[in-house]
Amino acid sequence: MTELKGVTAAAGAPAAAVAPPASPAGRRHRPRRPRRQVVELVVLLGPALVLFASFVLLPICISAYYGLFNWTGYGPLSDFTGLHNYKLVLDDPVFRSSLLHNLIIAALSLVIQLPISIAIALLLNRRMRGGSFLRMAVFAPYVVSQATTAVLWLLLLQPGGFVDELMKAVGLGGLVQEWLANPTIVLYTMFVVLTWQFIGFGVILLLAGLQSIPAELREAAAIDGASAWQTTRRITLPLLGPTVRIWIFLSMIGSLQVFDLVWIMTLGGPANASSTMVTYMIFFGFHSLEFGYGSAAAVILFVISFVLAFLYQRFVLRRDTDGALTRAVR
Amino acid sequence: MRSTRTPRKYAAVAMASVAALLLAACGSSGSSGGNSASGKVTLTWWSNANANPLLGVFQTLMKSYHASHPNVSFTYVPIQNEQYDAKIQVALQGNNAPDIFFQRGGGFMATQVKSGEIKNLSPYVSSWIGELGSQAQAWQIGGAQYGVPYDLHTVGFWYRKDLFAKAGITAPPATMPELESDVTKLKAANIVPIAVGSKDQWPDAFYYDYFAVRECSVATLEAAVKNVTANAPCFAKAGTDLKSFMATNPFQPAFLNTPAQTGAGSSAGMVASGKAAMELQGDWDPSVFQALVPKSEWQSDTTDLGWFGFPAVPGAPGNATALLGGSDGNSCSNSAPEPACADFLQYLDSASAQKLVAGASLLPANPAAASAVSLSADQSVLQASKASSFTQEYLDLAWPTNVGTALDAAVATFFAKPTTTSTQSIVAAIDQAATQQ
Repeated sequence: MTELKGVTAAAGAPAAAVAPPASPAGRRHRPRRPRRQVVELVVLLGPALVLFASFVLLPICISAYYGLFNWTGYGPLSDFTGLHNYKLVLDDPVFRSSLLHNLIIAALSLVIQLPISIAIALLLNRRMRGGSFLRMAVFAPYVVSQATTAVLWLLLLQPGGFVDELMKAVGLGGLVQEWLANPTIVLYTMFVVLTWQFIGFGVILLLAGLQSIPAELREAAAIDGASAWQTTRRITLPLLGPTVRIWIFLSMIGSLQVFDLVWIMTLGGPANASSTMVTYMIFFGFHSLEFGYGSAAAVILFVISFVLAFLYQRFVLRRDTDGALTRAVR
Repeated sequence: MRSTRTPRKYAAVAMASVAALLLAACGSSGSSGGNSASGKVTLTWWSNANANPLLGVFQTLMKSYHASHPNVSFTYVPIQNEQYDAKIQVALQGNNAPDIFFQRGGGFMATQVKSGEIKNLSPYVSSWIGELGSQAQAWQIGGAQYGVPYDLHTVGFWYRKDLFAKAGITAPPATMPELESDVTKLKAANIVPIAVGSKDQWPDAFYYDYFAVRECSVATLEAAVKNVTANAPCFAKAGTDLKSFMATNPFQPAFLNTPAQTGAGSSAGMVASGKAAMELQGDWDPSVFQALVPKSEWQSDTTDLGWFGFPAVPGAPGNATALLGGSDGNSCSNSAPEPACADFLQYLDSASAQKLVAGASLLPANPAAASAVSLSADQSVLQASKASSFTQEYLDLAWPTNVGTALDAAVATFFAKPTTTSTQSIVAAIDQAATQQ
């Protein structure tokens, strides 16, 4: 922590406060960092910066460049088409519906996954027999890889498979559908599987948030005669706000990048009814060998995700993080 | 901070870590065996033959070739068919292609040749390639031989004689109305008439392709492939034919999410296990069936298996006996050691090797091995091939890759929503993709 303080102070302090007196020529020298600090910065930040630049920034720039060409991925980049690929992607009804599918998944997550996660977290936060087992059971699907989840549910959802038989056994046979083959419901089937997999993550995150709420607050409310519902409504939920906002952020980004489950279970079909922006990109990039077009789709996906993430950080998360870091080290 | 390490040591450790990471990232996956000083070579071979019987045939052939050429060894990498295309594309783009790799020919190969990574085999194979007949010419681009086929493919209906008998059908249908009537009979007998692997899209395209083959003249088809266009009216008519056939609702429940040949629930698995009566597929289907059902079951089923060509469409001006097909083969990458690579491809087409290929329920590329085709249904395929004057290569592979996938996707959309999708949509998708060429 001592070292962190030193670095933060040097980086954050106004230049004039620590600057040496102006030189005779009137030029102001920037404050010189001690050599040791410079070496530490290079050593600590260097590897991460090199990796970030090589595997994040550079590919983004290269993709944006490829997007300017009509290119099959083979041979030289010779057929320059400017922003034509970007325009085609944005005009393509399939891309628009893929984007819509991403947004539907994001919205459903917010409306369905979040309340369920909060409810389960509130239940599991109580002291009870077998509580840790239940927590583990809820979290378990999140540990399973997405590919495994996809294959598992693919088998469960086969016509006449486990889900159909289970529904018939409990008298819901009339509701049985072609879960993955009906274009009007396949997206919602996907959402159920996504919820099954990711609800555990939300619950664990919210449980951590609940644990950080001081028990004294609830005790004080109880002494003041607040009911359990009032305590939850007026104390627990507001104090859970920062955790909920982080969950929404992660869920939103995850919803925009859904791929593995969809690709294995439906390949984005039938008739693109479950396609997402990433399956669209993979289809055109790798299946169709239109790497220029696929790259343009990738860049558009990046821009949409980046803008949404940035706006959310700027207008929603800021109140949670603003000053928090600097306050911690002052 | 108390530490015996100096910042300089930190820097050295960090640099070494970064260097190690970068080296790991940039390292070659080492696909190519190449030459060693002793003249020994190891050929790396990627193929979609990932299950018996063909996998076993290839393993036998590699062993026997190694026995007669002790300096040549193999590293065989079996890759599932649906995964294969993406893997080979990345390898070709990364100048990291294996020495020998599975190839489909046609527009698919033509797109790959643009990478400059595929070897022109003409100097090595010109002396014998003529033995394979006209089929080998489909593997040439501008007169240069970029691949060598090891089998021939013909698409048609595989059917279960036992299920046909159960539904009271005495002979396979010869025309579309007959097929549609058989569909009705099978449904009445509670049998799924036709299984289709729509999840993979390309099996759907077989239907459209065949209707186009029936509606278009040979000259129109050849011009359409050459000029990458589907603007001839017969292609739109094929869409109308498909729509009226779809109206009979001939496929299994939830066919839109059924894969073609992956697992027992695939369309091939359904026919192999007697859960569906027919499937429009390539002649390789029996070899897929064998991988999907227990061996004992398969042995007893072979007599129940029959084959008939795509029925004639009454009034359609195209060739009623023309077939849809293609071939499978291999290419050599530029870095492959020669003459080992080309010599092995020649060995794969030798009469003795081709007899083993025929034994795996595939049609051999070398006519000299035709007598080794044992399955009676395969003999029907061979007879149809002999009787046919024209075989149209699958349109999705004959056209450049992006046009082919646009065709597959458009037909798949048509399959998903046959009543609301315009019959013109397939033609429109093909021509739209062609403008991207």
